[in-house]
Amino acid sequence: MKEVPISTCEREFILKAIRDRKRIDGRQTYDYRRLKVSFGMERGCCIVELGDTKVLAQVSGKIEEPKKNRPTEGSIIINLELSPMASPAFEPGRPTESGIEMNRILERNIRDSRAVDTESLCIVAGEKVWSIRADVHVLNDEGNIMDAASIAAITALAHFRRPDVTVMGEEVTIHSPEDRDPVPLSVHHMPVCVTFAFFDQGEFLLVDPNRLEERVMDGRMVVGMNMHREICTLMMSGGMLLVKEQVLRCSQIATVKVAEIIELIQKALDKDAQARQAGEKCGFAESVPANKITTNKKEPTLIDTTAAAQQASQVIQEAGPVDKPMSNMIVQAPGTAQIGEGLVNTWQIDDVDMESEEEEEGRKKSVTNGKEAEATSKPTERKRPVKAVSHADDSGSEEEEKVMLYQGDAEMKSTEDSTALQQPPNSDKPAKKKGKKKKAAQK
Amino acid sequence: MCHKIRHPRYWLILPFKMAGLEIISDQGYRIDGRRSSELRKVCARMGVFTQADGSAYIEQGNTKALATVYGPHEVRKGRGKIQHDRAVVNCQFSMATFSTGERKSRPKGDRRSQEMSMHLRQTFEAVIVTELFPRSQIDIYVQILQADGGNYCACVNAATLAVIDAGIPMKDYVCACTAGFIQDSPLLDISYVEESAGAPFLTVAMMPKSEQIVLLEMNSRLHADNMEKVLDLATQGCKDVFAVLDRHVRDHVSESHALMTAS
Repeated sequence: MKEVPISTCEREFILKAIRDRKRIDGRQTYDYRRLKVSFGMERGCCIVELGDTKVLAQVSGKIEEPKKNRPTEGSIIINLELSPMASPAFEPGRPTESGIEMNRILERNIRDSRAVDTESLCIVAGEKVWSIRADVHVLNDEGNIMDAASIAAITALAHFRRPDVTVMGEEVTIHSPEDRDPVPLSVHHMPVCVTFAFFDQGEFLLVDPNRLEERVMDGRMVVGMNMHREICTLMMSGGMLLVKEQVLRCSQIATVKVAEIIELIQKALDKDAQARQAGEKCGFAESVPANKITTNKKEPTLIDTTAAAQQASQVIQEAGPVDKPMSNMIVQAPGTAQIGEGLVNTWQIDDVDMESEEEEEGRKKSVTNGKEAEATSKPTERKRPVKAVSHADDSGSEEEEKVMLYQGDAEMKSTEDSTALQQPPNSDKPAKKKGKKKKAAQK
Repeated sequence: MCHKIRHPRYWLILPFKMAGLEIISDQGYRIDGRRSSELRKVCARMGVFTQADGSAYIEQGNTKALATVYGPHEVRKGRGKIQHDRAVVNCQFSMATFSTGERKSRPKGDRRSQEMSMHLRQTFEAVIVTELFPRSQIDIYVQILQADGGNYCACVNAATLAVIDAGIPMKDYVCACTAGFIQDSPLLDISYVEESAGAPFLTVAMMPKSEQIVLLEMNSRLHADNMEKVLDLATQGCKDVFAVLDRHVRDHVSESHALMTAS
């Protein structure tokens, strides 16, 4: 399945945001997404989550014959698997160009920089050596697979333990884990990739691009580096042009990022080692937080509300006390009463119109009851159409309810007058209308 | 029983491997007698084939590469590749079976050559003015005849000449060069022996006039502080290569011009 192309609107939006030095997920230019490293039950199994990108690495070992030209060296094989499970863009079968490129970067970063000592993997020179294989599976692609894969691969290699082997003359014994403790690989240094995305012909640069940013970017540069500030791989590609200064700047940024990442990896490894030593539970089941819904989870984000609260209190102070509505009852004729008639209109809009309409109503009221009910419903219709209609329809039957409503409203008003936050100053209007209706209903 | 084919300079490699790789002598000379910032001899020839729209042959020391360019022509095989606003660049890299010390079983299609093809494509997509040829395709075929280090560089340089020969407009020449860092000093234009010593080296393809980097690749470990030195040397190397290529192009054009006016 081909990936759905990104729309021009969205592309422009993302690019504009980047030009304004903003990122669509709210990160800063040099920020990584949340990185989480967890381990499986088995040794050499590691899952890395970088935001929503998820990568699993599993290391395994077997004994085989060494290469003719290097009889005393074991081999390290790194295989990156882009399964269709991770993204609809990945097709099953033959690896794509980008897949091969990423695999090569990974190989160069870890194997060619001699991160793992291969000579210590030799058992019998020229006959038997360990062949260590790291399979990196991408489980979910939300951008920047490269960094997640490199972290997963090197962490898994550091986490792996191979069975101990002893050689007695011609005899080679592989000890089971119960017999002898498995031994770790000798990892000299931990190279980690940092990906930079470039936009507008290299004018803007971002660290750790997510899926959308990746699709908009002009090109990327991958810098593989270890803690000792040694560059293990450098790969710049994809139809863009850079100058020397940009390359050097990237290597400087990478230095800082790599230090942070490696510290995190070390912490995770230590924590796992402690858990295993203490016989605590470990593995994926333990590392998954105890939420019922683990997919599409959203991390809680802190929002600073002090500014908003200040503004609100300022508004309240400036507003001053709300006018006390005068609800004088006017007895127009024996048996009829009117409340709220003839007061100043506090609705912000069409002050004059309303006023005149009200006056008209007043005149009509004395003529016929039915017409009056219609007339009163008119102004209310504008603001609260549903309620007004229902009033007009069954004004007779809902008499009591309306009286209650009015009372309630009046009470609310009196309490709100003191606190009054959101209640608009015109709150007397509905009450007035209801008052009228009550009168109409009574008639 | 069976005759083992060795690298053309196997006799040279062997003693150095044994002597713990004395890449630079005390006098500051390298194995093949160069100074640290010297290029190998560059020989080039343009228009070596009649069928192709553009072709070139280059020798950089013992590394020899052949490049041919076809196009721009209509997009063949896979109309899905058509770009409505620019030409697609199709590159194929291959190594002759006799190019290396040990005979190559797969001249093309293995991971390394696929990667190389992709890098070549990316390089030339950035440099050729593809917007001038919408809905068309440019083919670049490169073959390494003898590999002695700096294969990618030889390919890029040969392909540049071939593209110029084909008359396809480019933003600038694109020149490539390697630079290594061995025994605490940067070395220009790494040969196979120096490459296999396991020292870090940088491959740079750039447009020499604007010093814009088109492709950058690095192997092995290099301290970030030494990066600038190596990059500067590689830039200088690219400019030197450019001077040589430019002279070749001008010679070639004036020669052909003279022939045309004579007849």
